[in-house]
Amino acid sequence: MKYLALIYAAPGAGPDYGTPEFGPYMDGYRAATETYQRDGVMLAGEALQDTSTATTVRIRNGKTDTMDGPFAETKEQLGGFYLLDCANLDEAIRYAAMIPTAEHGSVEVRPIMEIE
Amino acid sequence: MASDVPELEDRARKAIEALARAETGRLLGALLRDVRDFQMAEDCLQEALESALLHWSRNGLPDSRAGWVLQAARRKAIDRFRRARNFDRKAEEYGLLIELDQQALSREEPPEIPDERLRLIFTCCHPALDSKTRVALTLRTLCGLTTREIARAFLYATEAMAQRLVRARHKITKAGIPFAIPEPDHWAERLNSVLSVIYLIFNEGYSATAGPDLLRHDLCLEAIRLGRLMLELAPGDAECEGLLALMLLNHSRAQARIDDHGRMIPLDQQDRSLWSSSEIDEGSRTLERALARRRAGLFQLQAAISALHAEATSHADTDWHQIVLLYEAMHARSDNPVYLLNRAAALSYAHGADQALEALGAVEAALGGYQPFHAARADLLRRTGQFEAARQSYRRAIELSGNESERQFLASRMAAMEQST
Repeated sequence: MKYLALIYAAPGAGPDYGTPEFGPYMDGYRAATETYQRDGVMLAGEALQDTSTATTVRIRNGKTDTMDGPFAETKEQLGGFYLLDCANLDEAIRYAAMIPTAEHGSVEVRPIMEIE
Repeated sequence: MASDVPELEDRARKAIEALARAETGRLLGALLRDVRDFQMAEDCLQEALESALLHWSRNGLPDSRAGWVLQAARRKAIDRFRRARNFDRKAEEYGLLIELDQQALSREEPPEIPDERLRLIFTCCHPALDSKTRVALTLRTLCGLTTREIARAFLYATEAMAQRLVRARHKITKAGIPFAIPEPDHWAERLNSVLSVIYLIFNEGYSATAGPDLLRHDLCLEAIRLGRLMLELAPGDAECEGLLALMLLNHSRAQARIDDHGRMIPLDQQDRSLWSSSEIDEGSRTLERALARRRAGLFQLQAAISALHAEATSHADTDWHQIVLLYEAMHARSDNPVYLLNRAAALSYAHGADQALEALGAVEAALGGYQPFHAARADLLRRTGQFEAARQSYRRAIELSGNESERQFLASRMAAMEQST
């Protein structure tokens, strides 16, 4: 089964770039990615630019409406994802727990819908 | 002959009810081995039970009733696959099921029922499910209680409970919660999740009192039944033994802890001759076996405390020093402040209420909004002669209590204090 691990964190909750904690934090991501690749479960994985760069698109009455944002100052924001191919939820949870952001933010594990 | 029909139907209905209570776990477990969709397995089983009513009312009861129902449920599943649009793709997946059916057709004997209940209970108690859902699903699936019975026991509308169960089965299938026994790395943690669900069921029944709560009291018996089942499925596990011992020892006091009006009787005022000696014996023996394995855990420690109460000839003769130590051992394993609260209560009998009040101060920040904290403090203040402060604590405890019989109990303690001063 395929699972999307959605990585959420509140702005400023994790280690900042340039602090001594930042290096080990990024090493954690490298280690997780390497494990996924070595175990053959990695389908994709990316980090996202922060929400200040986001654009929201809606179509209303046939008209494309774009909006700057969304911005939410305190709420946890989506910061990245992995797409993993796992045998079951237990395996997906085990891999998701390797994501360093889980220590201050949260990782939502969602199964990909199989269209029959 | 026509006059026999209602009688046959009645017999069939009773046999099916008994079968559902005794064998749902085994039947669903066996079905889930072939049909990986939890909701579908449940639906096929229900349909098979309906067919059974029809057939058995007409033709009498078969020799192997569970085998008959399993066979019927498998056929229902095969029918569903055949009707499905994408049969070709599924045929491979369900080849085993079809093979089993063909084997069965060539044979008169009903199928053997493999015991998959351990996998089933780990699935129902998976940490990816909400804890209330784990409880309901376990009662439905392993204990064979009806949705209506579970709803009544938890003061839920039947419809809401039904939806909760459907949502849970749906999540198990769609999210890929495995129908599997956890790997050794996760065994202890996952087993603890199962044992906690069983203990939640027990406590739900144990907190019930009388009258309309009788159904809830049956939850204690269901929990003990599940505790025995876990021990049968995971023999030699010290914490499984610990949980069963704990439930039996606590339950041994069930007759003595509620008066004729449904009011709680505290341990120091219980008539000890009403305690069930058979449950105490079995609980103590089970605990001894567990402790001999030298793999202590929270359930065993709690059971050891319960055993010390059970063995004492009176409240005063209880080995309170040992109980203080056991609560300390529990707190060392899991820093739950409630263990310190209980330790303080035990300390008051071992070393006096003054020391206990001092110990209580350490957990005030953590437990300030917790009814038992104020009830315990009120009791200690009363015993040290600080009646005004005791009064305030009783009032706070009554305010925080969510249970009528508990409120009555606290009010009666307060009234008794007023009379004696």
